[in-house]
Amino acid sequence: MRLTTITAALALTAGAAYADGHAKMVAPGDVAFSEYGEVDASLSGKPGDPEAGRAIMISRGKGNCIACHEVTALNDAPFHGEVGPMLDGIGSNRSAEELRGIVANAKMMFPETVMPAFYKTSGFIRPGNGYTGKAAKEEDLSPILTAQEIEDVVAYLMTLTDS
Amino acid sequence: MKFKALTAMAALLVAPAVMAGGPDDDSLVINEELEMVTETAAPDHLDALDTIYSGWRFRTDETQSLQMDDFDNPAMIFVDQAIDLFNTVDGSEGKSCSSCHENVEEFKGLTASMPKVIDGKLTTMEDLLNGHRAEAMGADPWKWSGPEMQAMIALIGVQSRGMPVNVAIDGEAAPFWEQGKEMYYTRFGQLELSCASCHEENWGNYIRADHLSQGQINGFPTYRLKQARLISKHNRFRGCIRDTRAETFAEGSDEFRALELYVASRGNGLTVETPAVRQ
Repeated sequence: MRLTTITAALALTAGAAYADGHAKMVAPGDVAFSEYGEVDASLSGKPGDPEAGRAIMISRGKGNCIACHEVTALNDAPFHGEVGPMLDGIGSNRSAEELRGIVANAKMMFPETVMPAFYKTSGFIRPGNGYTGKAAKEEDLSPILTAQEIEDVVAYLMTLTDS
Repeated sequence: MKFKALTAMAALLVAPAVMAGGPDDDSLVINEELEMVTETAAPDHLDALDTIYSGWRFRTDETQSLQMDDFDNPAMIFVDQAIDLFNTVDGSEGKSCSSCHENVEEFKGLTASMPKVIDGKLTTMEDLLNGHRAEAMGADPWKWSGPEMQAMIALIGVQSRGMPVNVAIDGEAAPFWEQGKEMYYTRFGQLELSCASCHEENWGNYIRADHLSQGQINGFPTYRLKQARLISKHNRFRGCIRDTRAETFAEGSDEFRALELYVASRGNGLTVETPAVRQ
């Protein structure tokens, strides 16, 4: 199944909370940001998995967070960037709500940041179909990370505490 | 703790590290005689930068050394091929470049002023070459980023090597320059990145393993080791915009002509390095 199909399927279930334990998923267009750009509730309706989040942080095809951020705890993966702030201790310095908002769409907190929004599918200038350079229709866009992947990254970031 | 404070802290922490950004202090002298300006005051129109640097200053010593001697510069093979092309008859009129232009050295200085407005049209070197091929030679156009085109542009560029870039941005050029500037600051694609996001706000920083330069184009066409051939300016623009997860523009489009003028103007004062060698 292609990612877009999964996303579409997820979008259909957005807002629906099932008594049988299906999680409540928030679609990219429905994310509720606070005045300061925080997001209170889990986007997937489920807790994040820090180990999965760690893998997303270093994967070029996923979050690739270390492309821009240095993280001492991820030094087993090569080439950490310098574009964004170092993330050591970020779990002590920021709340999960703040981090969820920043990863989903950092511009809600920092309007001028160069950081891409990882959970957003509309409002782009000339959006492309992945890295092909060809045009994409906005309705076909998937977020860079899924709701659960955002949660996984947030869960991992929360483990980066001052100690 | 606020983001800015974190950034300041991060800057302090990484400053002494080997990876810490910025250009190196090397100076570029080609063939032990031709001194290049790889660092100079930013042109007056460019408020965001105090100093402009050639991309050469951001490359590794190994890559830098390939550009310091023409016998080591892999792009020179293509320059030699272009000398042959210059003398090769092509098209319905039975002419070569040398039928009208006795010596390629007559083009000294031309590259430093390109692109420029000619007869109301913003004209790149590719446009000039294909125009002459069509009108004087009756020859088919060369493909924009094709080997013949970029080799010939490199050969013509070598004639200006060491001369300061000085493209006109006023008068007839002004509307094209404004269009290019607008593009430079537009945040394209799903990653919402502009040229400025990387090359103005973050030059000198590493993005993963890539050391971000100021995105100067004074060395184009450049020999890119990754692709093992001469790369045109528009090909590089296309790749950058594609990598923002955007619908890119076509090589030879009016948009890229305008962007070429604007980006070239940000390098006014650096010397023509064509053909440069990059990673």
